[in-house]
Amino acid sequence: MKADKTLDAKGLSCPMPIVKTKKAINELESGQILEVVTTDKGSKSDISAWVKSTGHDLLDVKEENGEFTFFIQKG
Amino acid sequence: MSEQRKKTTIVLFSGDYDKAMAAYIIANGAAAYDHDVTIFHTFWGLNALRKDEAVPTKKGFLEKMFAFMMPRGADKMGLSKMNFAGMGPKMIKQVIKKHNAMPLPDLIEMAKEQGVKLVACQMTIDLLGLKQEEIMDGVDFAGVAAYLAEAEEGNVNLFI
Repeated sequence: MKADKTLDAKGLSCPMPIVKTKKAINELESGQILEVVTTDKGSKSDISAWVKSTGHDLLDVKEENGEFTFFIQKG
Repeated sequence: MSEQRKKTTIVLFSGDYDKAMAAYIIANGAAAYDHDVTIFHTFWGLNALRKDEAVPTKKGFLEKMFAFMMPRGADKMGLSKMNFAGMGPKMIKQVIKKHNAMPLPDLIEMAKEQGVKLVACQMTIDLLGLKQEEIMDGVDFAGVAAYLAEAEEGNVNLFI
């Protein structure tokens, strides 16, 4: 999947992944796609919940070697 | 988003480092959720807003004693459990670093950056003998009515 912007949030703990994701998505236009990479195990639920509540779309989540990759489309 | 923004309010009563950390993590999270967030600091929670340097003020004996015995700023606060006369906070700060979590002073800075409204309760400031000059910049001073005005519209209201 091609993202318009990638956010590296690896190594960051709660609440930083969603704080940074929010900042990054603010810089995008509606319909654009943000890729977020994290290593915090809580971020899997956190980012999914955040996307749902803030009106964006979670297009895809991948988990590989302890890294989570999220593709979020701005609503 | 055209709908009305949601509101989160937190009363921070506790002056414990760990509890204040929880309060500020929730506040930062709620700000990322696009909520209008307000933290009301009262009693021991006011110490999180104290400047870490000594501010010359005119005070009576009791007020000086209070000022001396209370932690000057977020970084000097103790833990609610396992404080061990100051060893506990040192250990937890190491663990925070190890796990790349944010220490309390950074969480407070981040909250300000995200537009979280910080309010200090004027009545308890007076009770504890603090002066407004001893409180960090960017903090509002208010009372219970200001808290209730926010809380009655709050979607998330917490007392910590």
